[in-house]
Amino acid sequence: MSLQGKRILIAKPGLDGHDVGAKVIALALRDAGAEVIYTGLRKAPDYIANVAVQEDVDAVGLSILSGSHLELVQQTAEQLAELDGGQIPLFVGGTIPAEDHPALEAAGARGIFTAEMTIDDVLAAIDAVLGN
Amino acid sequence: MSSDKAAVRGDQGNPEPAGPAMPPTVTPSGIEIPEVVTAEMAPNDPGLPGEYPFTRGIFPNGFRGRLWTIRQYSGFGSAEETNQRYRFLLERGQTGLSVALDLPTQCGYDPIDPMARSEVGKVGVSIASLADMELLFDGIDLGGISTSFTINGTAPMIYAMYLAVADKMGVPRDRLTGTIQNDILKEYVARGTWIFPVRPSLRLIADSILFSNQETPRFNPISIAGAHVRDAGSTAVEEMGFTLANGLAYVDEMLRRGGDVNHFAKRLSFFFYVHMDFFEEVCKFRAGRRVWARLLKERYGVTDPKALMFRFGVVCGGSSLTAAQPYNNIVRVGIENMAAVLGGAQSIFTCAYDEAFQIPTEFSAETALRTQQVVAYESGISKTVDPLGGSYYVEYLTDQMDQEITRVIEEIEEYGGAVKAIEDGYLQMRIAQRALERKTQVDAGERVVVGQNHFRRDDEQANDFGEVFRLDAEAARRTVERFEKVRDERDGAAAEAALQRLSAAAVEDDENLIPHMVDCCHAYVTIGEMVTALKDHWGEFQEPVGL
Repeated sequence: MSLQGKRILIAKPGLDGHDVGAKVIALALRDAGAEVIYTGLRKAPDYIANVAVQEDVDAVGLSILSGSHLELVQQTAEQLAELDGGQIPLFVGGTIPAEDHPALEAAGARGIFTAEMTIDDVLAAIDAVLGN
Repeated sequence: MSSDKAAVRGDQGNPEPAGPAMPPTVTPSGIEIPEVVTAEMAPNDPGLPGEYPFTRGIFPNGFRGRLWTIRQYSGFGSAEETNQRYRFLLERGQTGLSVALDLPTQCGYDPIDPMARSEVGKVGVSIASLADMELLFDGIDLGGISTSFTINGTAPMIYAMYLAVADKMGVPRDRLTGTIQNDILKEYVARGTWIFPVRPSLRLIADSILFSNQETPRFNPISIAGAHVRDAGSTAVEEMGFTLANGLAYVDEMLRRGGDVNHFAKRLSFFFYVHMDFFEEVCKFRAGRRVWARLLKERYGVTDPKALMFRFGVVCGGSSLTAAQPYNNIVRVGIENMAAVLGGAQSIFTCAYDEAFQIPTEFSAETALRTQQVVAYESGISKTVDPLGGSYYVEYLTDQMDQEITRVIEEIEEYGGAVKAIEDGYLQMRIAQRALERKTQVDAGERVVVGQNHFRRDDEQANDFGEVFRLDAEAARRTVERFEKVRDERDGAAAEAALQRLSAAAVEDDENLIPHMVDCCHAYVTIGEMVTALKDHWGEFQEPVGL
């Protein structure tokens, strides 16, 4: 795996305050050698897209446990595209029912992660998308 | 463990037939469990229930006088739908209400705010003004039932609105019973619905405690909560230690405001999580009750026994529940329910088996309610007070938990107290690291989660959970429409005047803001309007985001 040196933005869009998953993944990515930027809570999609583009990140991970994942992933992808950041891979993690996966993928999510997945599997999935 | 990790997890599509290794002989908090405990290892007499230090419970007759309150957290969509769910639960024997509010309400945004748009009614009910609350409690006698609100950032406003709705229904304020969570410190640590910086937030909490002690003497104006800290990753020992440290910070703030600890401490209540390690959970509650009574007596000189009593509610479920084979969650919640009863909880909320991943359906909500009724009326465990009292192991582990909890409180005090530890992000970081540890243990199969990392099935039916809950897509629209109608039809001048008075009072540090908020609520001023007015004076909390 070579997440070494990759710049990854972990973001909490919307009002959801559950940040355990975001922080656990951020710490695990950092342990794997990535450079992680964490936004903190309650960020609007346009803010997240701005940070992603300005910081020239290799990937954006959104953490959403409030049930608003469809809207927030869609809005973040749109904002990224508007800022010419449409090529930055977008991942989403949280409480996400299987039936919503196709819609999220259509909106631009390159990986969808839930609490049942192991950290190793999550990192491997990110690594596979980012390539080497 | 790592060499056979993939096989144990069964993530290659081949379920592992053999069971896991024997569970470790330490509790999840890291306390060594002796093979057998003897009388010499548990020399302390736990005393009598109802007597200091209350190890065995706060009431001499336990649950024989009064059963715990069966209080299921619920709320979704608009006020009308949630009112229907409350009636459904009350008809089936629920004995208290527990209001789940949506994130815009919790964070102080009106439903028309751009930040609120995609979250109206999603994780709770939207309550923007008194008009919503009138519908929420329509047909329910607020003088005859206790109501708990899981609300923090906007707790003073929601409390004010509850008083306003009771006023309108003609229920005398001194008959109101229930609880507002109103514990902002743990929001900064683990739950995330903070709004204002720490100092003005503590002022609002002291305002509500002082006001409530006078005006609604049977109401709990704060429920100091460890459940969210626990769900975020901390151990049982840390959950209790962090929570009691926060409790001490509130006591200090109340003393600063001139409160009498023998008086206000009677209405401080607590709220905890119960996880799966049965004995550690039971002993956490027994030890917590003792540590709190000791701290209040020895540090603050509290003499009134009622002010030393540690009263708490419990939530069973949360992070112990799985999406894998979700019906197993019913068993987990049953075990946790019994630990809460044997720990002496005053109110209990049992999660529904699908609550880890969706709003419970009527079927799953009823099953959760029935679980409590089975424990209460069939199991017999509530018939004598503290039936585990005197067990060598239970008394030994209670003593161990007492020591460890005390040590955690001392660590926080050495750091500079709970408020400093939170403003610096020290507690947040400690919990995040603990969460990573917990997740790594589960991933490696060292911490067994049946159906997820052991005894797993990978066929398609394994994770079926029956009915999918569908939120009415029109609920958010109805909420926004009502919001606009209320704002258009209210007496605009009266609303503006009430808001001005609140705003003016916020400037002075010594004026109680609750009466002004009650006036605002009566004038149909919205939660978002009140929060915006206060933000103009106080600004917003700046989250420490360092990892």
